[in-house]
Amino acid sequence: MTQKVLMKGNEAIAEAAIRAGCRFFFGYPITPQNELLEYMARNLPKVDGVFLQSESEIGAINMVMGAACTGARVMTSSSGPGISLKQEGISYIAGSELPAVIVNIMRTGPGLGGIAPTQSDYYQAAKGGGHGDYRLMVLAPSSVQEMADLMFLAFDKADEYRNPVMVLGDGVLGQMMEPVILPEPKEGKGVEKPWATTGKGNNPKSKLITSLYIKPEEAEKFCEHLAAKYLTMAERDTRWESYRTEDAEIIVVAYGTAARLCMAAVDMARDKGIRAGLIRPITLFPFPSAPIYAAAEKGARFLTVELSTGQMVDDVRLAVSGKSTVSFYGRSGGMVPDPRDILSQIEQIESEKNGSTAATEGGAA
Amino acid sequence: MAKIVFTRPKSMKDVVTHYCPGCHHGIIHRLVGEALDELELAPKTIGVAPVGCSVFIYDYIDTDFIQASHGRAPAVATGVKRALPDKFVFTYQGDGDLAAIGTAEIIHAAARGENITVIFVNNAIYGMTGGQSAPTTLVGQSSTTTPKGRTSQNDGFPIQVCEMLNTLQGPSMISRVAVHTPAQVIRAKKAIRRAFQCQVEGRGFSFVEVLSACPTNWGMTPLDAGKWLENEMIPYYPVKDFRIPEGVQ
Ligand SMILES: Cc1ncc(C[n+]2csc(CCOP(=O)(O)OP(=O)(O)O)c2C)c(N)n1
Ligand code: SF4
Ligand SMILES: [Mg+2]
Repeated sequence: MTQKVLMKGNEAIAEAAIRAGCRFFFGYPITPQNELLEYMARNLPKVDGVFLQSESEIGAINMVMGAACTGARVMTSSSGPGISLKQEGISYIAGSELPAVIVNIMRTGPGLGGIAPTQSDYYQAAKGGGHGDYRLMVLAPSSVQEMADLMFLAFDKADEYRNPVMVLGDGVLGQMMEPVILPEPKEGKGVEKPWATTGKGNNPKSKLITSLYIKPEEAEKFCEHLAAKYLTMAERDTRWESYRTEDAEIIVVAYGTAARLCMAAVDMARDKGIRAGLIRPITLFPFPSAPIYAAAEKGARFLTVELSTGQMVDDVRLAVSGKSTVSFYGRSGGMVPDPRDILSQIEQIESEKNGSTAATEGGAA
Repeated sequence: MAKIVFTRPKSMKDVVTHYCPGCHHGIIHRLVGEALDELELAPKTIGVAPVGCSVFIYDYIDTDFIQASHGRAPAVATGVKRALPDKFVFTYQGDGDLAAIGTAEIIHAAARGENITVIFVNNAIYGMTGGQSAPTTLVGQSSTTTPKGRTSQNDGFPIQVCEMLNTLQGPSMISRVAVHTPAQVIRAKKAIRRAFQCQVEGRGFSFVEVLSACPTNWGMTPLDAGKWLENEMIPYYPVKDFRIPEGVQ
């Protein structure tokens, strides 16, 4: 039976993960994701799962790697400094082609930063994050409901592509309570994982999980194999939401919490007769360049809004490929803009309609 | 009639190893292989090997293997064992790996009494990267990063890992052995087999430190390396059983 319940984002992620078949969680406390870890500690044992608080985030991600090697559905979660510590492990997981889910409930940085919500880990998430030529699939929910739904997708896609998937939320989404319909628990065993190291049994050949390629020829082949995988991801699994974009002359691009604020700003602009719309990337990698490029070709101008000093805006500019203008508006350090501030930005672009291209300069207001 | 008295362990592949002449890694691999054979563990074994000269152990021991990052094998092994508690899981780690970068992982796996076995190969040097100082390098021992010899003033004191782990409740078995003489090899074999048995019996974390020669980076002949190990290493790293559970087979 589908029933609406009121839940914090962090808890919705945890419950959805368990329903998606996750039975192993390794993590280390850090605000603002502690509810996720604590929910797992309470509830995983009830389904014969394993919760283990590790000695560090480095320990946690390597435990994740170990469990992933056996073919289990496994995840970890953290924020800011903890996600930085996990990067070497994430690189090994990607380099060993293992499925795993990593949740980052972003807090401000650099350094210890603060525990207020932000979107300043975009580069780290969408461009690989650790060393080497790899990418994560990055899912960016913008509501508690979507956090729950995307956990299912995260585990399925991690298995399908044998690649780590990051769910990128922020402190607002993690802490906020919203009504959510939890997906029904997943039935069945899921995909076969013949590559898993479970002991060779009666097989004549033992299995090896490694990211070591000493010969440059083989290493290049492997990197090209990964690149081909990411291309397939881009073709099949790029996700975004378009809102009031059909006739839009100004398109706001924003994800997660920022997108919710932008949606309100777009409605306010429409009320004033400005033809504004919103493209909300749901996958940050692969990035939805196609709809942005298509709109740019039709002459739409762009405003990127982020809770940072400007990171995703680079990908918007690349997608636009010089076909139109891209301006930027951001707040950082845990400050969240009012939709009216975003509206002012939209109005500014509207006023520059005929002639000026000053907006290409961008910069935080 | 010819009688076969010595063969390669079944769980080892028929290949030539990449180790330098006089390196002890090969002997230790063989003891691991023999113990796997005798306890019939190979089909249910998952080995975890981090970086170090022995990162290629999967080319020699014919069980499932995972190549882990520097120092993190005990955490990876924890993930494997928690997911597959009925399988046999061991790590094979060097002294740079285990006693420097991986200190947190080994201490916490030991403290949890994680039911895995750790083979710790202490050659008092970073072999793979070309002979830099390790946390186990002896005071006075020279290396490429302690060219005039390790000094306690600048570099501190070498870590005695068995002694340190022996302060914890978690481990079921801790032994230090060597393989530079036939008598020591026999003792080492017994310890490794016992450590594996501890895991099979579900007794929790078992640990064998093996003192090992690295003639190449010590700058010695294999024979001199054996003597140096005997005369310099063993006085600081005594070979003995620190902890043996009662009644282990
Ligand atoms: C994070 C990281 N730092 C450094 C290295 C380089 N590295 C590879 S092996 C090694 C030392 C290995 O020494 P040890 O563990 O004693 O093994 P041995 O080769 O002596 O058997 C180092 C520093 C690495 N691979 N990863
Ligand atoms: S460098 Fe040392 S540890 Fe490495 S193979 Fe040669 S002798 Fe063995
Ligand atoms: Mg060494």
